[in-house]
Amino acid sequence: MSHTDYGETEAVFTPRPDLPPPASTVGLVGWVRSNLVPDWFNGAMTVLAIIALFMVIPPIINWTLLDAHFVGDSRKACKPNVQIIRDKVTTQGTMPDGSTIEVQATADRIVIPEGVTPNVRWERKMVEGVVRAKGREYAKVVVEKDVVIEGACWVFVGIRFDQFIYGFYPREERWRPTAVIGIGLLMIIYALTDGLPHRGRVAMFLLIPFPVIAFFMFSGGVFGMPHVDNAKWGGLVLTIIISSVAITGALPIGISLALGRRSQMPIIRWFCVLVIEFFRSVPMITILFMALVVLPLFLPAGTSFDQLLRVLIGVTLFVAAYTAEVVRGGLQALPKGQYEAANALGLGYWKMMRLIILPQALRIMIPAIVSLFIGIFKDTTLVQIVGLNDLLTMVQLAVTDAQWIGLSKEGYFFCGFVFFIFCFSMSRYSMYLERKLHTGH
Amino acid sequence: MSDSAADIDVDQSKLKISDEIAIQINAMHKWYGSFHVLKDINLTVNQGERIVVCGPSGSGKSTLIRCINRLEEHQQGQIFVDNVELTNDLKNIDTVRREVGMVFQHFNLFPHLTVLENCTLAPIWVRKMPKAEAEEIGMRFLETVRIPEQADKFPGQLSGGQQQRVAIARSLCMNPRIMLFDEPTSALDPEMIKEVLEVMIQLAEDGMTMICVTHEMGFARKVANRVIFMDQGEIVEQNEPEEFFNNPKSDRTQLFLSQILSH
Ligand SMILES: Nc1ncnc2c1ncn2[C@@H]1O[C@H](COP(=O)(O)OP(=O)(O)O)[C@@H](O)[C@H]1O
Ligand SMILES: [Mg+2]
Repeated sequence: MSHTDYGETEAVFTPRPDLPPPASTVGLVGWVRSNLVPDWFNGAMTVLAIIALFMVIPPIINWTLLDAHFVGDSRKACKPNVQIIRDKVTTQGTMPDGSTIEVQATADRIVIPEGVTPNVRWERKMVEGVVRAKGREYAKVVVEKDVVIEGACWVFVGIRFDQFIYGFYPREERWRPTAVIGIGLLMIIYALTDGLPHRGRVAMFLLIPFPVIAFFMFSGGVFGMPHVDNAKWGGLVLTIIISSVAITGALPIGISLALGRRSQMPIIRWFCVLVIEFFRSVPMITILFMALVVLPLFLPAGTSFDQLLRVLIGVTLFVAAYTAEVVRGGLQALPKGQYEAANALGLGYWKMMRLIILPQALRIMIPAIVSLFIGIFKDTTLVQIVGLNDLLTMVQLAVTDAQWIGLSKEGYFFCGFVFFIFCFSMSRYSMYLERKLHTGH
Repeated sequence: MSDSAADIDVDQSKLKISDEIAIQINAMHKWYGSFHVLKDINLTVNQGERIVVCGPSGSGKSTLIRCINRLEEHQQGQIFVDNVELTNDLKNIDTVRREVGMVFQHFNLFPHLTVLENCTLAPIWVRKMPKAEAEEIGMRFLETVRIPEQADKFPGQLSGGQQQRVAIARSLCMNPRIMLFDEPTSALDPEMIKEVLEVMIQLAEDGMTMICVTHEMGFARKVANRVIFMDQGEIVEQNEPEEFFNNPKSDRTQLFLSQILSH
């Protein structure tokens, strides 16, 4: 840095104490000002949003928690235990021509039987209705009534919970899927946590031997575990099986397809282009039907081929085609110099890909791949149409059960909640990674 | 033209050339599609020579040195490196790439690996060296380029000059007999050019065969034993540095020199 000469005068620098930042940028007031009301338009939007939240949130909380029924062993537990009596009242009715007339109407009154603590809340409301007045004419009336506030019947979900999770997997064998998924989840969390030792090995274990172990645990027939036909696998467990097989299978296949698409050899290149473009241009539902109907045509006659396996192959290839395009994008994003430096050092194609190119490309692609996987986790609900009993199917079966008719809200709410938990955690993880990639190296 | 090599001392007695031929290029041509980028290149480089290649942008300098380690393929003529001919034979390409190190204008370090890992990668995976030994060698060459203390950082945390020195160390770890430099200092700020040139001069003093595309004329005068001028895909003129700069023969060379020296 050049030194500036000010001549005779000697500038003396005395630091002054720092001023505090202006009040408008710190604290609650500052936060509110900069985030909620930066200008009149956004201020208005904030007000509208607050009003909308006030309208939506309390009823949801009331229904799901405050007025909900949690304990019990049958539908009875959700029935109000108070008595509803029809009272006769005399009131004013309005005739169609606008004249008023005295009419008899009924009004519900809630009575608490002796020794009973009411299990519901109710409110007295002005309810409009019509009553018969003179002969064939009707009059409008407004009567004050007691109305029971509806709450969710979680008893239903509780009783059906095991079926939602395990489908028709035999009760006494359910520890097997529980163990596999529990251990698998723990290992995934371990492998994704920064700074733990041997993360790579845990990940390798998850990718190679674990699926085989998982298969034998689910299917049984070895080590004295009774065989469980995969037609009985279902519920959330099946949803997890399909999506994890599709995801773990799609990564290597998708990477291979992406590399093949950039190959120098025309036959390989065209083959990969064909596979990728085919699976990307056909809807998942079509793929599922084709897996059922078309796949057997390619197999020797007489081979019976498992339904679930066919669906797994179809879904995996479907996801692989999308993964391939994401990977291709990642490969294109890498500067040519990386390939050249690797070549100049004498690394061959496979070592270059494994050590230099893919680690960098995959890092760039993680967010895109995770959102792809979130999509596929939700799309597994489509397997219902080819007769597999995933979580959504189990819920639908339960809500159409005569014993629980009318409780579809609870069933779908639960189903949505489970999907939300899974997808939201994946999405949070991907956001975390993105932030890490921006700040890291 | 600034001369960043001006105040670096070169021990001329250490710069020795042997009679052994390191690189031989015979009547070599290369085309990009229909564009004739290299025309009838003939060049013999002995072990221990330091050759500076200069010429206007687009004249084919990069392409020429990239043909020597087969980052580019030539279509006619022959290239021998240490008596191994570069053909489509992958084994030959492999042998040559082990003998030839390359340093790029934009460093091309591997950003996902630490400095030391950048250095040990090729020894471990190409030379099948045990990790500990590779790390020892890596540290040794990081000392040669004077940044052993940066070994555990990532390339993105280093300055341009430091990155280029790591790139040189990375090449040296493969123990090459020949080093190719493609404008190693032209992406660097002036104050960093010198630290890279110092390392290159040290390599020359250690007897490395070097072909260097550069416009650092001070470096050419002090270190090179031959300067090659290229224009439009041809080697127009080559000579010892003093003769080349003081007595250029062709008009094109004179024009080029007058342009870069007047800066
Ligand atoms: N991959 C390529 N495809 C087509 N033309 C190229 C390619 N690489 C370089 N060229 C052309 O070849 C000529 C020589 O390039 P290059 O060797 O990089 O020149 P220099 O290094 O002397 O500036 C330039 O005209 C350039 O546009
Ligand atoms: Mg160039």
